[in-house]
Amino acid sequence: MNTMQLVEEKYMRKDLDPFAVGDTVKVHVLIKEGDKERVQIFQGDIIAKRGGAGMNASFTVRKISFGVGVERVFPLHSRSIKKIEVVRKTSVRRAKLYYLRSLKGKAARLRGDQR
Amino acid sequence: MVDGLIGRKVGMTQAFDAVGNAVPLTVIKAGPCTVIQRKTKAKDGYDAFQMGLVEDKPARKPSKAQQGHFVKSGSPVLRILREFPVKGEGKEGDQIFVDIFEAGQKVHITGVGKGKGFQGVVKRHHFKGGGGAHGSMFHRAPGSIGASSYPSRVILGMRMGGRMGSDTVTVRNLRVFEADRTNNLLMVEGAVPGANGTVVVIVKA
Repeated sequence: MNTMQLVEEKYMRKDLDPFAVGDTVKVHVLIKEGDKERVQIFQGDIIAKRGGAGMNASFTVRKISFGVGVERVFPLHSRSIKKIEVVRKTSVRRAKLYYLRSLKGKAARLRGDQR
Repeated sequence: MVDGLIGRKVGMTQAFDAVGNAVPLTVIKAGPCTVIQRKTKAKDGYDAFQMGLVEDKPARKPSKAQQGHFVKSGSPVLRILREFPVKGEGKEGDQIFVDIFEAGQKVHITGVGKGKGFQGVVKRHHFKGGGGAHGSMFHRAPGSIGASSYPSRVILGMRMGGRMGSDTVTVRNLRVFEADRTNNLLMVEGAVPGANGTVVVIVKA
């Protein structure tokens, strides 16, 4: 193991449940308001994961909120993520689901529970 | 004894602080350092500690003169030596480790920056340059470098193209993120001069 891996190992989150591109997840995010803390849930589809096994890894969650597409990028190893809950697994044939951005309504569904 | 350490830049990564913000980190293999020579006002004209960076790689084919220099400290011949101002007592052979630094502390880091090669006047001296299109005909050239028959020479210090980079650069007031005594690693917030593997000197701010 080289020195950089040794360092990154220490800062990484290993307690999170595994999830894959195409999954519908609930991300429990810690929100700080002044000195109060509360947990907010962001539910949507994982449309991309990047950064591999490195410390800079992140993932993108997309949801449709009041008819408007909302995407949020989370750093995978962030301390603000309390928990990632996999609601539904789907089988997708691509690593990045950016094509969902140009689809609406029924066409933007992912085929569920195929695994 | 001294307020500094020699190290080598290992690379950059990121981590998250207590608040949850992402912090850019530079990892430095810092120390251990051995005191090789105590320079004194009486003998050398000034006070200093000469320290050597202890590394896995020994110095290649040390000369007799080098070997003699390391006798007093009892250390094997080291490749990297640097001098530090005196803070308190100490003698040859003493070792210093990263634990002189603690998280949250500010440090100054000095190293030789990356070489940029032969660069034009726009990059090297921040000249404005000309327009790119519309028949400009003046793009990144330096322009006039002075008058003609008087003074019949280019005045000294005229800024022109040339070798850029590879200068000694100090970055001041970097915050220490963590000092890891077991692995001799120092994690510092922000960037540090030079390529990975560059020798850097870390001093308390």
